[in-house]
This record gives sequence, structure tokens and C-alpha cells, in this order.
Amino acid sequence: MFKLRPTHAALFLVSALFAGSAYAETLKIAYIDPLSGFFANVGEIGLKQFQFVADDINKRNLTGGPKLEMVAFDGKGSPQESLIMLKKVIDSGIRIITQGNSSAVAGALIDAVNKHNERNPDKTILYLNYAAVDPDFTNSKCSFWHFRFDANSDMKMEALTTYMAKDPKIKNVYLINQNYSFGQAVSRAAKADLARKRPDIKIVGDDLHPIGAVKDFAPYVAKIKASNADVVITGNWGNDMSLLVKAAKDAGLNTPFYTYYGGLPGAVTPIGEAGEGKVKQITEWHMNVTPNKTEKFANAFNKKYGGPPAYISFYFLRGNIEMYMLAEAIKQAKSTDPKAIALKLEGMKYAGDEGEVEMRASDHQLIQPLYISTLAKAFHNPKDPTTAKFTGKDKEVKYDQENTGLGFKTDARIEAYVTAQPTSCQMKRP
Amino acid sequence: MEFFLISMLNGISYGLLLFMLSAGLTIIFSMMGVLNFAHASFYMIGAYFAYQISTYIGFWPALVIAPLLVGAVGMAVERYGLRTVHKYGHVAELLFTFGLAYLIEETVHLVWGRSSVEYRVPPSLDGSLFTLYTTTYPIYRVFMMAVSVSMLIGIYLTLTRSRIGLVIQAALTHPQTVETLGHDVPRVFMLVFGGGSALAGLAGVIGGNAFVTEPGMAAAVGPIVFVIVVVGGMGSLAGAFIASLLIGVLQTFSVALDYSFVDLFARLGIAIGPDAPLAALWDLTISQAAPVLPYLLMVLMLIFRPKGIMGTREG
Amino acid sequence: MRKLKCRPLNPGRWLVWGGTALTMIVLPLILTAGFTLTLLSQIGIGIIFALSYNMLLGQGGMLSFGHAVYSGLGAYFTVHALNLISKGSFYFPVTLVPLIGGLAGMVFGVIFGYVTTKKSGTTFAMISLGIGEMVFACSLMFPGFFGGEGGISTNRVVGQPVLGLSYGPGIQVYYLIVGWALACMAAMFAWTQTPLGRMANAVRDNPERAEFVGYDTHMVRFLTLVLSGFFAGIAGGLNSINYEIVSAENVGALRSAGVLLATFIGGAGFFFGPVIGSIVFFSMVTAVGAVTKAWSFYLGLLFLVMVLYAPGGFASLIVMHVPVIKARLMRRLWLPYAATVVTGSVLLTGLISVVEITYHYSLEADTAPAMTLFGFAFKVTDGTPWAVATGLLVGGFIVSRFAWNAVGRAWGDITHVLQDKAAA
Repeated sequence: MFKLRPTHAALFLVSALFAGSAYAETLKIAYIDPLSGFFANVGEIGLKQFQFVADDINKRNLTGGPKLEMVAFDGKGSPQESLIMLKKVIDSGIRIITQGNSSAVAGALIDAVNKHNERNPDKTILYLNYAAVDPDFTNSKCSFWHFRFDANSDMKMEALTTYMAKDPKIKNVYLINQNYSFGQAVSRAAKADLARKRPDIKIVGDDLHPIGAVKDFAPYVAKIKASNADVVITGNWGNDMSLLVKAAKDAGLNTPFYTYYGGLPGAVTPIGEAGEGKVKQITEWHMNVTPNKTEKFANAFNKKYGGPPAYISFYFLRGNIEMYMLAEAIKQAKSTDPKAIALKLEGMKYAGDEGEVEMRASDHQLIQPLYISTLAKAFHNPKDPTTAKFTGKDKEVKYDQENTGLGFKTDARIEAYVTAQPTSCQMKRP
Repeated sequence: MEFFLISMLNGISYGLLLFMLSAGLTIIFSMMGVLNFAHASFYMIGAYFAYQISTYIGFWPALVIAPLLVGAVGMAVERYGLRTVHKYGHVAELLFTFGLAYLIEETVHLVWGRSSVEYRVPPSLDGSLFTLYTTTYPIYRVFMMAVSVSMLIGIYLTLTRSRIGLVIQAALTHPQTVETLGHDVPRVFMLVFGGGSALAGLAGVIGGNAFVTEPGMAAAVGPIVFVIVVVGGMGSLAGAFIASLLIGVLQTFSVALDYSFVDLFARLGIAIGPDAPLAALWDLTISQAAPVLPYLLMVLMLIFRPKGIMGTREG
Repeated sequence: MRKLKCRPLNPGRWLVWGGTALTMIVLPLILTAGFTLTLLSQIGIGIIFALSYNMLLGQGGMLSFGHAVYSGLGAYFTVHALNLISKGSFYFPVTLVPLIGGLAGMVFGVIFGYVTTKKSGTTFAMISLGIGEMVFACSLMFPGFFGGEGGISTNRVVGQPVLGLSYGPGIQVYYLIVGWALACMAAMFAWTQTPLGRMANAVRDNPERAEFVGYDTHMVRFLTLVLSGFFAGIAGGLNSINYEIVSAENVGALRSAGVLLATFIGGAGFFFGPVIGSIVFFSMVTAVGAVTKAWSFYLGLLFLVMVLYAPGGFASLIVMHVPVIKARLMRRLWLPYAATVVTGSVLLTGLISVVEITYHYSLEADTAPAMTLFGFAFKVTDGTPWAVATGLLVGGFIVSRFAWNAVGRAWGDITHVLQDKAAA
């Protein structure tokens, strides 16, 4: 089927030349995430963080040669548009992509990258995933070309339920999730994990509501109230989460909400005081962890980008881990070839700000410690004028989110080994 | 009982907010025959205006000024946009308002960004008014209901008792006669459009902080408002009122019903296993399908009573 | 204008059709940059979709806000069919797989269409919107069939290559799209000439009279919608072959809005309008989208301007010049047109400046106030760029009005001359 034609010959020649100069001066990394449309704000923040950390890497020459440069491509939040952008990326000769927003897009990209690499073994693409958490990507759909730097939704649930299991007061748990694959995965994992760890806990409700279509959450809150739930677990994000929390406050519902995305950029603003002491989140880091090795970096970022009107706060520590590990892999491989980088990333252990993390070779899932934290009033320090707006008394809550006067306070740190899950991945290596 | 009462209150208050939204649309439609696709966008800019004004001079002035501003925008839209396309017919008008909705959303992106803004319920209305059994009921929801009901009364009185209301009603059926009597009919239409938009703006002022003020809020309520207008009967204010309450209560209560066809058939002694054809459909509970129910209601209404609950004409 | 459409201008028609086909075939051979093929494939599919939409809007007078339902469901059925074929459940050549999408679109046209087409006009528009919302909500509710938000993916390379066609490389898929696009265009054009197509026009223009003559207007609308669903389904089928994935967005409101925009901008009153519209629409989404984040703002503005000032779309703008060229009167227009272009570019520069500066200001005024526009570097926090941009916008608008008036006068003269000629 494959005949050597002049064009192919030329291609070989070019790729041979390219291989010779593979250790190029500037290595471009395509950032494919929504930069217009509904999810643009999260996409913008991610882009800024990646650019910021790329600057840091270049300044400290962590790659041992090539400079890193982020190139933004607007995936518009849709799988199809993101695939079009992937084609553009391929056409412009960029070989490393990173993406995070929406597992829908991630699934499409994994599939397309696999097909592309199979059809063009001399122009392979490496895909670094910083936020898409569908467990399938490191299980049934795992790929040699895909690396995930965020804990997947099953791992986060494992961590949440480990923490909850220790609290004997929790008897009734209510699940409310968006009715799509992620929400369903959260509901499934919560039921399975709780049954295993605390068979006495009753699931008193398991709601799946359509994503983004519910305007008034008061009826759901009435239902939660009627069920006598002690705790609510939700994978909701965006308005589906903030409206839920606000409606709970209105009805005087005082159960804690264990969320996945309570601290996502833009989430704390609409929740406001309604979430104080109630909204818990599970993340790999937040601004008030102690000790906080990332503090200086995050402050530098917030100083540059955290002003009005959006008051964005540094969020994706995993983005830093991803970029530092990439730089390290380039340094070790002495090459910017995706395959060489991938082989170095596999199994790499890296001393991150929150302790050692490992890119598990068997499924390309990063194993990292996680934190459970609760929204609390930020500490008012009479001597520090920047805290003038704050009203809290807890010194641990040093920073707030998005200028709301509310910050996160650590409840527990879950060590990396606790979150690790067995994988069903049978990886095909080229 | 607690659950029933609270849900009933929730349903009614949500229904009343929907009515605030659909009232303006219905009035505009019944008077001018224009289905304003951008109506929900006026709702959105009402919320944003109120947010902006309340950061300077507080919520209460915003409650008055923001709807007036939205009304002014509405009048400008009628004067410089709709009037131009009017000669091309109703479809062109619909297309114009459709494009307008698109553009308003983009403009909101442009001016206020893409995230939600911090538009909060004022402290004087924050908190609970009464406690029913164990559930607290927020003051703000009661305030919403009060505004909606007084709006209904206000519209009714304006249209039936005031001079301008009578002129509007007359201009609707006999524009030439009204014209010859010395009234400026295009100006009347402009006022009607502005008034309808102002009502949407008022709903925005009140709904914006009860829920979330963000660029997607227009797209989120737009389709529901159209459903209300169709179900209530095109152009019937009373119909819109009934339909709003119906849909509000329907959506609220359907959330509570965790029954599916599987349960129904099980009662009838027929077991449906997970392997049955269309298992996903039979397994779906009413609560999961809650937000689709209004559309279902609309389709059923069109099949069995095409003119809607209180409609007088068919399309 | 309508006269022109009915007149049997056969040589011209053959020229246009042949030219279109030739362009579609030759274009990827001339423009070889990798991304052109992606864009051209998009346009090809968009043409079928927009033409199917225009069967409703242009020919049938039905304004639909939920047309993506038919193409999207067609796409889902195609994807499932492809997956079944690759599993070996049954055999069907990939070349003809879009037909499955077409049939699915048609079946759903029958199901939904019977209810929606009872009414025309505003009611139809709202019901189509409601149905669209309903199907979209359902698509997330039944992940078994719709694959949830991640959608269903597939592999278009199924079985052994037939006649050397494996549909692995993009160029083969492009020619598959071209083949289907030409066939569908011909079929849809032929439909406009059938009695049903003519009846659809009659029902659009005067439903009462059509009813008196003895036609069932509901039935005419219903059949039109079913056929339109068929072609939309084919477009959806090609879409799933092209991207090898179908997700919920394919039945979403944004897709429905997109096809409405494309069709209208191109011109709903002319058969070729949607073709032009698809080209403009996708070029704009891709090309303008690559340059600025405000692309959807410009698209919305273009649409609104078209609704207000050129409701016939680009097609009508082109067609209205045909008699002028024939009468050799174009020279009267050159001067006003040149003036419009000059003043218009001032207006446009001002507009773009205002929009871009505002965008930049709202997004990153505090972090990166410096920006470059039209070769000028400045800070958005300064007053001068705002003043200049606003000045250009307002000044451009004022001078443009003179140019527009001149164009209007020139056209008035030409219309008189043409009328006199026609009378003589």
C-alpha cells in the first residue's frame, strides 16, 4: 500500500534533517483549550499559568537546552473544534500538546493522537493531560502517547471516602451529580467505595440532573433535607455547583458538600459566603497548605495576573508538575522527540512541592498526594493591610480566593499511595 | 408535609419568576406580533446593569434604574432595528432578534468578561423570613414573589385602566383608526417594546442575584420562556401566568419523584430487566427527566390543543 | 428577482454547475497547505447542511432553530453503523454509509416533523427550538446511545480498501465529501423543480390560497421537512466520517444557530445562497477565529447587518448586479462603490479597533496592557488609542453615510434606466 513516491522521499529527507536538528532551540507546546465561549475563563487561566511556568523553566534552563514556548489554540470547548485545532497543530509542526478542560475533548484527542501516530509514525504527537479526569483514559482507553498529571475521578473519590470513613458521625450520604459520564462515574465510585469502607453508611439519595439545565436547585435541596443526609457528595462544577450551594444556604441546609471543583477558578465568586464552612474540595494543592513550598511561585503569579476584574488565583499546581517533569524528561533524553520524551516520562519520579510524585509506567497516571480542604473566612491580620477586607480568625487561612475574603483550609492530606488505584490498562508500546 | 409545603412554595416562586420573564414577551407578541428572541438577553442585561449600578449606589436604586435603562435599550432596538426589518415580515423580525441575542451575549463577554460577576442579594433582604418545620424560607424568595405579583397587577391596571393602555389596545386592533385620531402608532409600538423589555430587565435585576449573573444566563432561560408562551397560548397574558406557575410547580415536584417506567411496570407485575430493548429509557426516573418535561408538555400541548391554554388563535 | 430564477438560463446554469464542480475538485490540488483540506472538507459538508436547511427556510418559509437535530441524529446513526460494520455485524461500503445518516435524519423528520409542521412562521420556529432543546438534553441523558459528553468515536478505515480507497488519508475523505456534495446539490436543485418543490414555494408565499386550491399545507410542509431531514442526515453522516467522532454538540443549539447564520448570510432566496454562505461562514470561523478571540462578535454583527440591510444575503447582492452588467451600466456604480470601500474601510478599522481594544482591556488590562493593532503598538490603559479608535468609528460612520447615499442614488438611477428599457 505504501509506495515510495517523490513526495514521500522528500518527506523522509525533511524528517531526517529534522531528526538531525531535533534538539531545537525552541520547543513549541500547543495548548488546546477553550479560549472563547462559555469555558473561556478557565482556559485563559490555564494558559497564563503554563506560560508563567514555561518562563520559569527557561529562566532556570531546566531543559538543559531548548526553550519552551506555549502556543495557544482555541478548542472552543468542543471535541470537534479541538480536533480541527489538532490538525492545525500537526500542520504547523508542533509535536507536543497539552489540554485539560473536559474529558469529552480529551477522549477525542487521545483517539485522534493514537490514529495520527499510527498513520504517521515519523511525526508522532505527545499528549499531556492536566485536568481531564475520566478514569477510562488510564484504564481501558490508555495510550502510550497520553500522560495524565491530574488524579482521576476514581482516585479523588478514593481519597474523599477514606477521609469520610473515619468520621463516625456520617451515617447518611446524598449524591447529586450532573447526568453525564463524569457525574455518573462520581456517583458509581462513591457508592462502591463507601460500600467497601463503611457498609453501615446509607446512600439516602442519588440524583442525576441534566448538566447546566437546572435554574432552581431549591427542589433538590428540599429533597436533600427530607432525606436527613449528613453529607452531600457532588461532582458538579460551574453554575450547577454554585446554584446548589446557594440554594442550600437559603433553605438552611447545613450539611457539608464534598466537591471536586469547589475551588476551580471562577467558582468561589458566585458561591460567596454561602459556602463558608460547607464547601469542601479535593485537590492536589491549595493556597493555604502548610508548609507551602509553592507560595512564592503562586504569589508571583497572582501578583502578575491576580488583579481586577477577575482576581484569578493560581490553581493548577499539576500544571507546574507537568512542565517541570517535561523539562526533566527533555534533559534526560537529550532530545525533543515525543517518543524519547515519553520513554523518559514513563516511571519518572519527581520531587514536587508536595512530596514525591510518580508517573506510573503501567498506565501513565501521575500518583500524587491530595488535599481535602474547606472554604473558610480568610485571616484578618491587623498588621497586614492586604487583609483589611478579611474577617476570619484562623491564621491558617492566609490567602483568599478571587478577592472574596474566603480561602481554603486543609482538613486532611491524603498520601499518594492511598489514592493509587489498580489499572486495567494494557498499553501498546510502539 | 414539610417537603410538600416547601416544594409548593418553591414551585410557585420559581413560576412567578418565569412569569416575570414571559410577561414582557407575551405583551410584545400580542401587541406587535413580534416574537422577541432576544427577550432573555434583556433579562441578562437587566442583571448586569443592576450589578453595575449596585456597585456604585446600591441595590434599591438599581431596582428602579436598571429596568428603565433596559427599557431604553429596548426602545432603541425597536426604533433603529425592528422598524427597519418590519417591512420584510415576521420571519425577518425573528431573525433580527435572533442576531441581536447573539450580539448581546458577545457584548456582555466584551464588557463584563466571561465569568460570573459578584452580584449579591442586598443584606437587608438576606436571611430567612420564617421557618417552616425545620426548613428556613429566605426573605428574597418572598420578595421575588411580591414583585412579580405587583407587576402582574400593575400591568393589568395599566392596560385596562390607563389612557395609554387603552390606546395600546386600540392600536393593536385598529391601527389606522388610532392613527387618524392623532396618536403616533409607531411611537406606541416603541413604547410597548421598551416596556416589555423593561419587564424582562426587572426580572433580571431580581433573578440575577437570586441565581447567578453570567453570560450564559440568557441562553439558559430563553427556551423555557418560549415554551411558556406556546403552552399558555400565544399572546395571552393570563395563559402565560397559568403556564408559568404550571411549569414552575411541575419542575419542582418532578424532581422529587424517583419513579421510572421500570417501577410502573413492576407494579403492574411486569419485570423489565436491564437487557430489555430501550432499557435506558425505561430506567430513566422522572426526576432525571425533570428539565425536559416543559418541552414534552409543549409538544403534547401542540398535538392536543394547538392554541395553548388560553390562546384565542392558532399560530 | 424571482423572474430570473424561473427563466431557463440553461447555458449559464451549466456553466455555474460545471464551474462549481471543477473548483471543488481542483482546489485541494492548487492549495496544498495542510489546513486547507480541513477547511474545504468543512465547507463541503456545510454546503449540504445549509442547502438542506434552505429547503425549509428559503423554499418552504419555515424558520427552524433546531435543524441540527436531524444532522446530529444522522451522524450518531452513521457512527453506530460504522462501528457495527467494523465489528463485522454486517457489510456496507463506507462510500455509501452517509445514506444511513440520511435515512436516520428522514425517520426523525417523520417523527418530529409531523408535530412541528402543523404550523408555520413563529410557532414553527419556537417548536423547532423546543424540540432541539429536548433532543440535546436527551443526548446527555442516554449515554448508551449518545456516548455522553464524550460522544461516540469510530474508525472510518473499515475492512479492505475498495478500488484503492481506504478513506484513511484526508484527501480521499475530501473527495468522498465532494462526491456527496455534488450529488446532494443536484438532487436538491432538482427537487426545487418538482411539483412538491413548487408547492412548497406556494405554501410559503400564500398558505390560504394554496389551501383553497386544494393542497394540504401541513402535508406539503411535512414532506419538505422529511426530505430536508434526509439531506441534513447525509451531512451528519459525512461529518462523522470526517471527524470519526460524534458528540452531543452535533445536536446542540449552537450548531442549529450556525446553519441558520450561514444560510441567511449566503442568501435564503437563491438556491446557490447557502453555498456562498457556507464558504463565508466557515472561512470566517476558521480564519477570523485564528486571528482574534472576538470572531463570534464579528459573525453576529455581520449577520445583523445582513438582516437589516441585505436580507437577501450575498447571493442577492451578486444577482442584483447581473441585469446591470447586461445593460452595461456598471460604470455608473464604480465611483460610489469605490467611495464606499474607502469610507467603509475607515469605519471597519474604527470598529475593529474599538472591539479589539475593549476585548483586550476586559481580558488583560492589568497584566498585559500593551497590544499591537494594525502595526501600532500601544497600551490599552492609555486614553489616546480609545480616542483614535472611537474617532475612526464615528468619523467612518459619518463619511460612510455619504458614500451609502451616493450608492443609493446611483442605484435609483439605474433602476429607472432599466425600467425604461423594460417598458421600451
